[in-house]
Amino acid sequence: MSGPTEWLSVTDTAQKISTGEVSAARVVENYLARITNVDRELNAYLTVTSDEARKAAAEIDRKRTANQPIGPLGGVPISLKDNLVTKGIATTAGSKILEGWVPPYDGAVVERLRAAGAIVLGKVNCDEFAMGSSTERSAYKKTKNPWDTSRVPGGSSGGSAASVAAGLCAASLGTDTGGSIRQPAAFCGVVGVKPTYGRVSRWGVVAFASSLDQVGPLTRTVRDSALVLEAIAGFDPRDSTSLDAPVPRYVDALTGDVKGLRVGIPHEYFDANIDDEIRAAIDKAKAALVERGAILVEISLPNTAHALPAYYIVAPAEASSNLARYDGIRFGKAAAGAKNLLDLYQRSRGSGFGPEVKRRIMLGTYALRSGYYDAYYKKAQQIRTLIKRDFDKAFHHVDVVLTPTTPTAAFRFNSKATPLDMYLADIFTLSCNLAGLPGLSVPCGLTVDGLPVGVQLMGKPLDEATLLRTAEVIESAVGLGNRRPGGRP
Amino acid sequence: MPQLTRKEVDEIAMLARLHLEPDEAIRMQDELGKILDHFLALATVETDGVPAMTHAVPMDLRLRKDEPASSLPASEAVRAAPAREGDLFVVPAIIGGGDK
Repeated sequence: MSGPTEWLSVTDTAQKISTGEVSAARVVENYLARITNVDRELNAYLTVTSDEARKAAAEIDRKRTANQPIGPLGGVPISLKDNLVTKGIATTAGSKILEGWVPPYDGAVVERLRAAGAIVLGKVNCDEFAMGSSTERSAYKKTKNPWDTSRVPGGSSGGSAASVAAGLCAASLGTDTGGSIRQPAAFCGVVGVKPTYGRVSRWGVVAFASSLDQVGPLTRTVRDSALVLEAIAGFDPRDSTSLDAPVPRYVDALTGDVKGLRVGIPHEYFDANIDDEIRAAIDKAKAALVERGAILVEISLPNTAHALPAYYIVAPAEASSNLARYDGIRFGKAAAGAKNLLDLYQRSRGSGFGPEVKRRIMLGTYALRSGYYDAYYKKAQQIRTLIKRDFDKAFHHVDVVLTPTTPTAAFRFNSKATPLDMYLADIFTLSCNLAGLPGLSVPCGLTVDGLPVGVQLMGKPLDEATLLRTAEVIESAVGLGNRRPGGRP
Repeated sequence: MPQLTRKEVDEIAMLARLHLEPDEAIRMQDELGKILDHFLALATVETDGVPAMTHAVPMDLRLRKDEPASSLPASEAVRAAPAREGDLFVVPAIIGGGDK
């Protein structure tokens, strides 16, 4: 095969490499060249692992020539959010406090990707410790939205979404604590899946909020997400919240059949302040499902309004505990000239963390301190139960819930004046994490300014298959097809 | 209104082991106060008898078998430390100042 390979789907890349139509080495070189040309402007990558990727590609090609198995993702180049721990590859989580840290092990998802034959192309940018909705909070660089470089790619997995949208990798892994896969996927016109809490191992993920964090794929097609999810999902004894449930063949769920599927439309989401163009694109996605025989059902999720405050108690509380490990002693940066141990802690953390991380550590410490626990953290965890019960009740009547992923398309840099303004960008995605449910975002059109719009689907625990099946129907009817950012070649 | 006093900001920063510059502390007082205001609505939600959520799928906390297993060698574990001697972390004095 001659010509570019960077826009091939994961499915096609794996297939063409396995048949020898194209070599893994060629695929990797094409991506590396494109990263050199395009990423100067976009700033999606923090680290490009050229040498390692070339070696891995040569090994895949050697195995294929020797008729040895190369794995379901054999030779497929993938980028990883920089909060996923990678052996021998710098891992910063977008923070200065981890600058220069080279982990001595691979996280579970990285192990699984490698075992499936995928090739790590590099580490991509994110908001510091995954706390943000625009990737503007990275301590290193500002990643731009490939569809309009004056706008953010979303966040916190902004580097993942931008790298997939711009053809700088075949797929990416991100993490989603309150919408950090789905929101950037919507802003960049790609598919992003947040699996059921416990579906994918969190072992080797730089922890933010442990009861909410999940790893998931960002890809250009629904089928690609199905393939990547299948590779990373499954029980891992090293994660005490990992679910011991069989992993289905998600690709087999993509039947195109949604006849009789009951799709819940929660009025609380649609009563909210949503841009007209978003509303119109979501209506088209709904109509496409009805056209194929699905049934729309009005539902109510009455505790939706409590999701934002509950989230911004639970997540910072857990973060304040998780981030206590960055103390200037075991890894990361240490402040120079500390007078004593306490001084070392305070100065290393004070100089190593950025403003948003400090804000959340302070907020979490406030909520957890003696005498406040019941009023804040416990209360928020009880509200999670109420939100989960809302969904449980809804899922007696419907198979999936459909909402916009975001109230607006991608916003401009520096356009969110206060922290609360930024927090509101995740208003539609937080409930899914609080309830531990699977959710995804799939593109459903462009605004008149040419910005992608995403529709969110949420499902029953461990029912990613139905979400993917529904999403593929939306993709085939109102997806972006071959439209690419900025008319890029 | 749960407006924070500067004294509270300093106390929380101490608990969080965070050094804040004076201008940061002033900004934090204002921003945290506004965020906490937003959370006031939660107090009105009726949660008596509602259990706190722990996992989307009910599961018991597992214990692994009490068997020895291999782990990261100490030399690897301390490799990234800013200051070390052999396989040990080096820290400043815990009480007082100056010496290791």
